[in-house]
Amino acid sequence: MINVAVVRFPGSNCDFDTLRAAEQAGTNAYFVWHRDTGLGGADAVLLPGGFSYGDYLRSGAIARFSPVMQAVQRHAAAGGAVLGICNGFQILCEAHLLPGALMRNAGLSFVSKPVDVVVERASTVFTSAYSPGTRLRLPVAHGDGRFVASEDTLRMLEAEGRVVLRYVPASESSPLQPNPNGSARHIAGISNAAGTVVGIMPHPERMADSLLGNPDGLGFFTSLAAWQPGASTLNAPTR
Amino acid sequence: MSYRVHVRVMPRDGLLDPQGQAVEHALGALGFAEAAGVRVGRAIELDVAAGSRAEAESRVRQMCDKLLANPVTEDYLLQVEEAR
Repeated sequence: MINVAVVRFPGSNCDFDTLRAAEQAGTNAYFVWHRDTGLGGADAVLLPGGFSYGDYLRSGAIARFSPVMQAVQRHAAAGGAVLGICNGFQILCEAHLLPGALMRNAGLSFVSKPVDVVVERASTVFTSAYSPGTRLRLPVAHGDGRFVASEDTLRMLEAEGRVVLRYVPASESSPLQPNPNGSARHIAGISNAAGTVVGIMPHPERMADSLLGNPDGLGFFTSLAAWQPGASTLNAPTR
Repeated sequence: MSYRVHVRVMPRDGLLDPQGQAVEHALGALGFAEAAGVRVGRAIELDVAAGSRAEAESRVRQMCDKLLANPVTEDYLLQVEEAR
């Protein structure tokens, strides 16, 4: 069984939902505290949503330097899996484990509502249960979700197939407002080249059970539960 | 020596600054139609103990590069003065 550390920062508020979704998918999930210097032998780390350290300075900027994040840096460098959800994604960008940054939503408002996203990269530790092109309806809840990166970085992410989730343009089959935050190229989530580190703005843990409306998000956690650490690394997709 | 350092962190030119836009609209609504190009950033002030002005500036630049500014989205300006 996969060991999963769910990190709790002061201000995390999606920690229980994330732990429960990971448990439901069949992993051995447990909390670690931001002051911990180890991850308890985790195969994977989940950085949950919330407002770590009050989002002071910039979202994720302070959390990045917490003791536990030094352990997460080493874990990621050694090929360990890391998923950052919402505030967790912001922390991964601040920690330079993923490129780019998440800035204030273009419309300035905090956005809390369901959005439609498409899974573009399924060859990651957290999306292998989906087929590329699968549409998911997942909630977003953020004030700083506008993904920004240099043109070179955006081209590299596209060329290497590292866009994991993209907001679906509005259409008859998907009438929800597209791109809730003005994100570059409608990007909702990205990964590192190996597919072991993933950051996403939508909250799959809030849609991981039929009781919550739909189980669209459960695949992130069942993908992880099925992962075999140490097996050959996931191949980057060819496009 | 102690130096007072003023750090001005601004969103990088060319990046959308929705706060600046909102403030500009509000100024327009208040009758200040002449206001344009509004950008909203952040000011940080700190005292730094250092042997020289150049050392103080160098240390604060390191602070900016590591924490105070995000190199992906922000630029910063420093102003160093001797503390009173």
